[in-house]
Amino acid sequence: MADRRALLRVGAAGLAAPLLAGQAGCGRADPNLLRFWAMGREAEVAPQLLAGFERENPGLRLQIEALPWSAAHEKLLTAFAGDALPDMAQMGNSWLPEMAALGALEPLQPFLDKSRTVDKADYFSGIWATNEVAGRSVGLPWYVDTRLLFVRTDLLARAGFERVPRDWNGWLRCMAALQATGVATPLLLPTQEFEPLLALALQQRGELLKDGGRRGNFDSEGFRQALRFYLLMFQRGFAPGLSHNQVANVAQEFGRGSFAFYITGPWNIGEFKRRLPAALQDRWITAPLPGPLPEGVPGGGPGASVAGGSSLVVFRHSQRKPQAWKLIEYLSRPAVQQQFYRLTGNLPPRRSSWALADEGGRSLAQDRHASAFAEQLERVRPAPAVPEWERIAQEMQLFATRAAFAGVDLEETVRGLDVRVDAILEKRRWMLDRSAR
Amino acid sequence: MTLPAHPPSRARRQTAAWAFVAPALSVIALFFAVPVLLGLALSLSDFDIYALADLGNLRFVGLGNYGQVLQMPLFWQALGNTVYFVAFGVPLSIAVSLGTAVLLQSRLARCKPLFRTALFAPVVTTLVAVAVIWRYLFHVKYGLVNHALLSLGFDPVDWLGDPQWAMPTIILFAVWKNFGGNMIIFMAALQAVPQDLYEAARLDGAGPWAQFRHITLPNLAPTTLMVSILTTAGYFQLFAEPYVMTQGGPLQSTVSVLYLMYEEGFKWWNLGTASAVAFLLFLIIVSVTQGLLWLARRLSGGRA
Amino acid sequence: MSRTTSLSAASSFWRPSSLLVNGLLLLAALAALFPLFWMLSVSFMQTGAASSLPPPLWPQDPTLAHYRQLLSQGGIGRAFVNSLGLALAVTCISTLFNATAGYAFAKLQFAGRDRIFALLIAALVIPGQVAMLPLFLMLKNLGLINSWGGVLVPGLAGIFGIFLVRQYARSIPDELIEAARMDGAGEFRLFFSVVLPVLKPVLVTLAVFAFLGSWNDFMWPLIVLTDGDLLTLPVALASLSREHVQDSELMMAGAVITVLPVLLLFVALQRYYMQGLLMGAVKQ
Repeated sequence: MADRRALLRVGAAGLAAPLLAGQAGCGRADPNLLRFWAMGREAEVAPQLLAGFERENPGLRLQIEALPWSAAHEKLLTAFAGDALPDMAQMGNSWLPEMAALGALEPLQPFLDKSRTVDKADYFSGIWATNEVAGRSVGLPWYVDTRLLFVRTDLLARAGFERVPRDWNGWLRCMAALQATGVATPLLLPTQEFEPLLALALQQRGELLKDGGRRGNFDSEGFRQALRFYLLMFQRGFAPGLSHNQVANVAQEFGRGSFAFYITGPWNIGEFKRRLPAALQDRWITAPLPGPLPEGVPGGGPGASVAGGSSLVVFRHSQRKPQAWKLIEYLSRPAVQQQFYRLTGNLPPRRSSWALADEGGRSLAQDRHASAFAEQLERVRPAPAVPEWERIAQEMQLFATRAAFAGVDLEETVRGLDVRVDAILEKRRWMLDRSAR
Repeated sequence: MTLPAHPPSRARRQTAAWAFVAPALSVIALFFAVPVLLGLALSLSDFDIYALADLGNLRFVGLGNYGQVLQMPLFWQALGNTVYFVAFGVPLSIAVSLGTAVLLQSRLARCKPLFRTALFAPVVTTLVAVAVIWRYLFHVKYGLVNHALLSLGFDPVDWLGDPQWAMPTIILFAVWKNFGGNMIIFMAALQAVPQDLYEAARLDGAGPWAQFRHITLPNLAPTTLMVSILTTAGYFQLFAEPYVMTQGGPLQSTVSVLYLMYEEGFKWWNLGTASAVAFLLFLIIVSVTQGLLWLARRLSGGRA
Repeated sequence: MSRTTSLSAASSFWRPSSLLVNGLLLLAALAALFPLFWMLSVSFMQTGAASSLPPPLWPQDPTLAHYRQLLSQGGIGRAFVNSLGLALAVTCISTLFNATAGYAFAKLQFAGRDRIFALLIAALVIPGQVAMLPLFLMLKNLGLINSWGGVLVPGLAGIFGIFLVRQYARSIPDELIEAARMDGAGEFRLFFSVVLPVLKPVLVTLAVFAFLGSWNDFMWPLIVLTDGDLLTLPVALASLSREHVQDSELMMAGAVITVLPVLLLFVALQRYYMQGLLMGAVKQ
């Protein structure tokens, strides 16, 4: 009986071994398997979107991996550290400097030179610029993203506002009026997202980092103004102190009228169109972000917002770069970009895609919900292009939350933030100084 | 008595013995001991994402990381959070374990196996899964806990969104998840207490509470000490609960030392800093457990 | 000690002290099990039903839709198979390694035996996380990152397991082993035919511990695995929970799939599990 047990055990271990071996071998060496990492909603629609690509390239197999946005940055870095990166991926623009600094990305210029579908001049120049690091193209913009207001126009009308406010003062008045008509917290401002505060900060003159991205510049009049306005939202009770965990279903709450304003991006066009009932579809709209100065004053009216978006990158260690480029080219076709918009609400980075008319004869530029984005896209500013930016942005948000809820005073906040950011950038300073020498 | 045909030589037995321990020992040496030593080395350098890309970017910083970590406000907050968790979680956990063990051992208890299984069940469940469940149960608007509070006339509490309440919620969760383990140990220890002590006390007129204080507790003292030390060392390694339930928030009130290590190491790839945090945690656990042992010796020595 | 007669046994249940004890136990058991019942209940609710006021306890309109969605799209089915395969592999290999080592430390003589064992016991104090980062780098150089091998290797042997086996093996009478040696048995034959049967209870305990430990392991697979179809259940569930934070019913279905197997395994083998806990803790 003891021998049988031993046999059983050896047998089981033997069964397990092929499990390991099989996994280690399969997929990795297959020359016709293209591994593509995508995030969020884009990952959900990718199979549908790429069905056409698979039909055109029957020999090629696609493996699409979905990453949640909240863990994507982490997973990319972990994969880099563990030599486990895929062939290509979707990547937020703000992460490009970091991945380029690590030497993870394949420069795309050789592919661009030979391409017949991708034309640099057709892309919004501000967006194209975010994909160039040290003068080299390391990514191709896939969609543009900026933060805008999503508004329940019926709630605003009930509070006496026929038009969406276009400057800060008007916005504050509107929210006060909404509170008076029973919307307790008119603005949804999730405290774990740094983009709203970033957008407000980018509306100011001046940079967020100084000395070529070597030091923090948060102790400046511009950022102070932005932070002061941000904190006002919580002080006046316009925004609840909700954490990510607590807002179970944003679309549901938007539909229920728990809030009237939400600062978010174009993917929610698709989400709200999908999740809200038909009766509510004409009761919401997108509008450009109000700016600090009143309309009529030079530089007044709606302000700037974050120049975001995702790009498509090819990783340097990939064994299937030409195939990856083929997929990128496919996704950059105007017709495919239009289909992408219809599936997700994500906006194309090519002007020709905006102008392309669909079967209904309407182009994106004429779409009710997308047109505000077209307007905002003329006024976007990128975040600082330093590899440490993701970390700095999260620290910025942490300091702001502490100022809002832990009673830390504004001066202390901005000065403390600068100290922290300087510490984060210490290695970058050392490396820049070393290469300068 | 038959003579052995081939008496195994001492040397052959030794090689056999080594063959027996070799697999386990090599796994432990290669995948535990070596990394621990490497970790010490890492903690003396500023290994980060730049170094990962190109080792030429590595700098040796000696104890610089330790100094830096000890100056990080977040480290002290994490330490404070962890100590808060240990200081309240361990006594609560042990009290609940002891209480349920006493109840289960009582002669008056019925359906003991059933109760024992029920009370032990949370221990074997997957932490990630039950953390998700608790997150929904303690939801500020739709959670059953707040609903129950409301129906009893109390105000709802923002369990996981209020910095004051987030850690207590995690403590409650950890106690719920883990009390079963110590309960079993206490049960075994209770069984070992001689019954005639209780008989004698009853004849002397002592009530149940007096019996508990003067017979049960002193006899359980060694077990209680061991359980306290094991639980304390375990609770200092708090990580999965904040990771799943609160992501260290709100306002970093649930960042534990290990969570900080994870973020520094696997989120931002500052491996030098993260290793320093890990070793500091190790030193803290060792000192605290040694302190507990010393305290116990003082207490038991004093009482003798 | 006098025993109560069967006559007074029934009536004694209703005595206040008995009601108190059983009442408290019932309360405690309900508190322990309620979250699990709720998890089961919500997993059958319609989408969005759990996030409504008042929060429901029972599904109005039970549905299997979430299970179907998880198993077809969510990759949970895949993760289940992964977890199972890994857990079985770890259980088999680690039980074997720990058993041979534990026996050797208990019954075989070799140079430095006691010193090495003392070192192992001392190493129990070191938290595993100290080794995590360097181990990651080591495994990366071995090409084991993002593979099951990387998840497996740290779990192939454990100091606690060796300790348990040694404790148990010490109680094996030496004469038994000597007799087998006199009969000319080689050490390996001896181990498999004489020692293992005696060790059976502790081996089952080890196996249960190993299986549960591997199935529930979260942090290490989280770090090592990046490919979606390699994920184990806890990691897949955590990733799902970040992405689908609004779909509580879906999450609960995932939780059921993760928790039910180990609960059933535990109920079937609880005797061994608790025995192992006791052996490790009570005996110093």
